[in-house]
Amino acid sequence: MISIKNLHKSYRMGDSSLHVLKGIDLDIKEGELVAIMGSSGSGKSTLLNILGMLDSIDEGEYLLDNVLIEGLTETTAANYRNKFLGFIFQSFNLINYKNALENVALPLYYQGLGRKIRQAKAMEYLEKVGLKDWASHLPSELSGGQKQRVAIARAMASQPKVLLADEPTGALDSNTSNEVMGLIQQINNEGKTILVVTHELDIAHMCKRIVTLRDGVIVEDQKVEQVIVENHV
Amino acid sequence: MFNRDRWQEIFETIRKNRLRTFLSGFTVALGIFIFIVLFGFGNGLKNTFKQFFLDDATNTLWVYPGTTSKPYRGFKANRRIEFENSDLQDIKDNFQFFIEDITPRINRSAQVKYRGESDNYSTRAVAPAHQFVEKTIIMKGRFINQDDVLNKTKNIVIGRLVAKDLFKNENPIGKYLEIGSSAFKVVGMFQDQSGDREERLIYMPYTTQQLIEKNNDKISSIIVSFRPEFGYKTALVFEEQLRLFLKKKKSIDPRDNNGIRIRNVADQIRQNQRFAGVLQLIVAFVGIGTLIAGIIGISNIMVFVVKERTKELGVRKALGATPKSVIGMVLQESIFITALSGIAGMIGGIALLSNMGDRLEEFFIIDPYIDNFTAAMATALLILFGAIAGYIPAKRAARIKPIVALRDE
Repeated sequence: MISIKNLHKSYRMGDSSLHVLKGIDLDIKEGELVAIMGSSGSGKSTLLNILGMLDSIDEGEYLLDNVLIEGLTETTAANYRNKFLGFIFQSFNLINYKNALENVALPLYYQGLGRKIRQAKAMEYLEKVGLKDWASHLPSELSGGQKQRVAIARAMASQPKVLLADEPTGALDSNTSNEVMGLIQQINNEGKTILVVTHELDIAHMCKRIVTLRDGVIVEDQKVEQVIVENHV
Repeated sequence: MFNRDRWQEIFETIRKNRLRTFLSGFTVALGIFIFIVLFGFGNGLKNTFKQFFLDDATNTLWVYPGTTSKPYRGFKANRRIEFENSDLQDIKDNFQFFIEDITPRINRSAQVKYRGESDNYSTRAVAPAHQFVEKTIIMKGRFINQDDVLNKTKNIVIGRLVAKDLFKNENPIGKYLEIGSSAFKVVGMFQDQSGDREERLIYMPYTTQQLIEKNNDKISSIIVSFRPEFGYKTALVFEEQLRLFLKKKKSIDPRDNNGIRIRNVADQIRQNQRFAGVLQLIVAFVGIGTLIAGIIGISNIMVFVVKERTKELGVRKALGATPKSVIGMVLQESIFITALSGIAGMIGGIALLSNMGDRLEEFFIIDPYIDNFTAAMATALLILFGAIAGYIPAKRAARIKPIVALRDE
């Protein structure tokens, strides 16, 4: 599903340049649940941004679902993001003046679907994350865990090939974290490929594979025994 | 642009961001409203100016007798010059080529009585030509005619306000007024654009006034109207020749500037028109200034709005919004709001102006108005600049990588 070869990325910081990713090779197959671990500054967020087509590559090759991602214009990148990727952010990034249903329906709007279909689909995904009754609530009326579940429903709604989660539990307490990870595991069990960036070991162990980054290189890549979370949803 | 879904998305955004919508809409509406009202008031000021100064006939010379300042041909200095009936005839005879009409004027004031009512009014004893130089408008009856002058009749023409004071709702024509100690018959009633003072006057034949004053032949001043086809320069030549003629006749030193005074209306009109031009300039300046203030206002609001939405736009981009759709959405929304509120402000301003009428007359603003073209152009300009002011930050926001926009916690 995802194939990265010899990926390099550096950032210009004034006169000097900061070499963040120093030759990453990574293969992720369909249906995997991968944790990308690393302390801050290890390059894990940069890697995720590149995978999410939010950032460009200096050197190397990136194949997403056998499509070479290279030299994209903003417009094609937007279309690919819409078609291939679903994002889950640490700070949820829900649009605060739209209710839960409208937030979930938003990527479908950018897919060009009709209003009725959008609403029906969005409701379906809200139901999936157990928030059907909260459809008309604004983000400010939801708890942190509920917000992240809405965000997950939104990421799922466009039926992406890959879900990218950037510290999805970073803003949540441990109970709610488990709840959200349980949902991610459930979605993964239904066959979706998911990448989770985290620096918490217990969260990483809820995935099936842990890739550890340090100073811009992969230092460890191992399959682990998945800790199954009791599903509260 | 005509995508129904796009509109739905925009209406939703507008409905759920009332403060933002209100701010930008209000700025535009207020800007255009103030522009229209100020511009209209400026035009009202111009109207007043026109009424004050441009009301009388423009092709007239007003000739006043003065006091000499130099001794000449055995006459001492400080001699008072007086005009009499023969001067009228002499001017007529000698300047046939230039003259259209001529009238004397004798100014007096008198106690005027009608039944129980009485008051003091100014009277003007004149010839029929006076009606045209003063642009007196007859409302009822007639003006003084040649017959009145020849027969020294006791016929008078009264101003609208005289009739209102003395006759209330009665028809004054054919009624008799007591002026001084004699009875005069009202043969006409007039109005005058120059204002209330002119409408509190009473006109009578100049010969009648002279008869009352011991049958003398003195007149206070002479008003000459020259043929209107003459230009400004010919008018100046005529003025100079008339001055020389009168100085000679009255034995005044040709170098003495105080014996005869001539007011050339053509000259004055030129000055007034220049003044009106300056007034127009000020009005335009105020208008443009207001418009620029409005444009700056809406620009600020648009920059603020886009800034506030940076994160939202980043989220939208992460969810698959193309830069074009982001810019389009921001622009379409801003144009929709500014157009709607701009038109509302315009209609409000025009409505206020058209309801104003003469209500601000005491502040020298009469009939303020704005022509539709200027109003529409100003509104369009404000909407256009609102769009430009929205486009620039929207374009920048659309170019920002979503990850940068989202990082902004």
